[in-house]
Amino acid sequence: MLAYSASELWSIFIMQGFAGLSLFSVLLLMALGLAIIFGQMGVVNLAHGEFMALGAYVVYLCSTLVQNHAPALQPYYFLVAIAIAFVAAALLGLLVEWSLIRYLYRRPLDTLLATWGLSLVLQQAFRSTFGAREVTPTLPDWLMGSFKPTESIDIPINGVFVMALTLVLTGAVWLFLYRSRAGLHMRATVQNRAMSGAIGINTGLVDRLAFSLGCGIAGVAGAAFTTIGSTGPDSGSRYIVDTFLVVVFGGTASLLGTIASAFGIAQGQSVCEFFLQGTMGKVAVLLGIVVILMIRPQGLFASKVRS
Amino acid sequence: MATALLAAGSAASLAAGPPTATVNTTGLAVTDDTVTVGQLHSATGTMAISETGSIQAEQLAIEQINEAGGILGRKIKIIVEDGASDWPTFAEKAKKLLVNDKVAAVFGCWTSASRKAVLPVFEKENGMLYYPTFYEGLEQSKNVIYTGQEATQQIIAGLDWMAKQKKAKTFYLIGSDYIWPRTSNKIARKHIENVLKGEVVGEEYYALGHTQFGSLINKIKLKKPDVIYAIVVGGSNVSFYKQLKAAGITGDKATLLTISVTEDEALGIGGENLVGFYSAMKYFQSLDNPNNKKFVEAFKKKYGDKAVIGDVTQAAYLGPWLWKLTVEKAGSFDIDKVAAASAGVEFKEAPEGYVRIHDSNHHLWSKLRIGQWSTDGQAKVLYESELIEPNPFPKGYQ
Repeated sequence: MLAYSASELWSIFIMQGFAGLSLFSVLLLMALGLAIIFGQMGVVNLAHGEFMALGAYVVYLCSTLVQNHAPALQPYYFLVAIAIAFVAAALLGLLVEWSLIRYLYRRPLDTLLATWGLSLVLQQAFRSTFGAREVTPTLPDWLMGSFKPTESIDIPINGVFVMALTLVLTGAVWLFLYRSRAGLHMRATVQNRAMSGAIGINTGLVDRLAFSLGCGIAGVAGAAFTTIGSTGPDSGSRYIVDTFLVVVFGGTASLLGTIASAFGIAQGQSVCEFFLQGTMGKVAVLLGIVVILMIRPQGLFASKVRS
Repeated sequence: MATALLAAGSAASLAAGPPTATVNTTGLAVTDDTVTVGQLHSATGTMAISETGSIQAEQLAIEQINEAGGILGRKIKIIVEDGASDWPTFAEKAKKLLVNDKVAAVFGCWTSASRKAVLPVFEKENGMLYYPTFYEGLEQSKNVIYTGQEATQQIIAGLDWMAKQKKAKTFYLIGSDYIWPRTSNKIARKHIENVLKGEVVGEEYYALGHTQFGSLINKIKLKKPDVIYAIVVGGSNVSFYKQLKAAGITGDKATLLTISVTEDEALGIGGENLVGFYSAMKYFQSLDNPNNKKFVEAFKKKYGDKAVIGDVTQAAYLGPWLWKLTVEKAGSFDIDKVAAASAGVEFKEAPEGYVRIHDSNHHLWSKLRIGQWSTDGQAKVLYESELIEPNPFPKGYQ
């Protein structure tokens, strides 16, 4: 058995804490968009992962363009690319809502099939456009490497970046939902559609905006994940399970629930992975979630809605 | 599906070979001037990323064989089928190739799962499969020639080198969670513990597609193994190596040996994330020998300057050539005669140098190389073993 000094153990503790927080921000970022689409609107969007993949591909495109035409902009393009990813995913979301989702609001099973079909279409579109090979954009140097407060502690900068982005985005979504007129309309529509319509809220428009916003946020999440992993045509299907897990576990229609759920799952998984092994850690976390959902089927936090 | 005649010039200009009745007594798709073979890989689906290189290499080899006059005076025609990354589809297409098309040989499969799916079909319908991927071993069939390495060939010499060169005593084994990494790590653990008298300080597996390795990396930092032994595959690879780098585990500070990164994977991971790490493979694109120079040149001429060639791509290229040599040795396309004549067939123009089919187990004698990665995604070969005997059922390693 190796002997460890106190400072070594402390460094590992700090880095392990950071690993948990980093996983937390990834899960939260994945789930934010879906918290609006599924959590607020009740649309089971199985193509959500593909909107993330779209965001990632947008970053890849921007990276390639910048590299070929304006290499001087290389250190800065990433932030702009994230904004473009948002716009692209939101526009596609708008189109999808207009052409598909709006006909299916009261038919959850049909929505499930339709969005699954959409996810297959999008995956094939990615494969035809970008090829089957996984791609990684060239990231600016400031995003790579690690920050070393002491000799034995390495805090990855891309992790810090994703964390900061998650913080900003969560704050923005909260402000939008709870402090803006559009957010008020959205919550009103969720709570009582007929009454909202009666007092003059254009519920159709609210639906469209909400769906498009959720997709846009998924695009940003996908863009941010290019700092962590690669992107392939079926990346989206890798994200989708974790995404739904976070939203369902947190309780639908509750932003706080989504945050708490992402935090709980991330810390649980990171601790289990440390003390157990990789796959077993995941098994332990899933078992925990199943047990909790058996006791609380409505999820951690469920906002009370009059039925 | 598409049938392509990859032949330059007309059939009439061929030198006449021996009469069809003598070289084909079992009704295979052989005419007086052509012989039909099948190609069965995933051109679509998640495995397409990996299998594309094999498809290209096999077609290049067949084109070259045709240019050099074909086999027994006959040009090779290819029927291309897509297994679509789906194992039942592989079995179905294999049956179609053997029963309906009566192909004389099939070049194909990549994952063990697809090979296991088609194996009963090849054995029942008596076909011949040339399988290119390095794999976990524990298999042998009259109807399959394994042109990649089985696990002991790839693992043992690599670990020995680490123990000798790096004085490595402690190893951390990491893998994606499926049969190949688990079986390979089992062999690695036995060898480390029983032969090298070293210690395995950690062994763990992560689901395919896993992207968060923070906890694992902290454990590695805590255990400080002499060697990190990684068999991570697919999309996880990129995350794994990026996060190692971000956490300060880099080639100049730590020793990492992998058997799952070839030039193909390096392209996705990015050379900058791999610098200084080692791969154990039988082939690297940078191999410095005349055969390989010719091969790399021909491959790039056909598929573009940016094309990279990994271990499996080279092994796939061996398939059609080994088949040609075997058929010529047997003087017949009959499956039974080809299977019997395979023993001892030598291919001296192999890009990896020289290979020979084993006298009894249908695997290849081959060398193992250790390559060290550099920023351009190419590896510098540091070590080359003697020819290693294939041993698909290693005693004491199961």
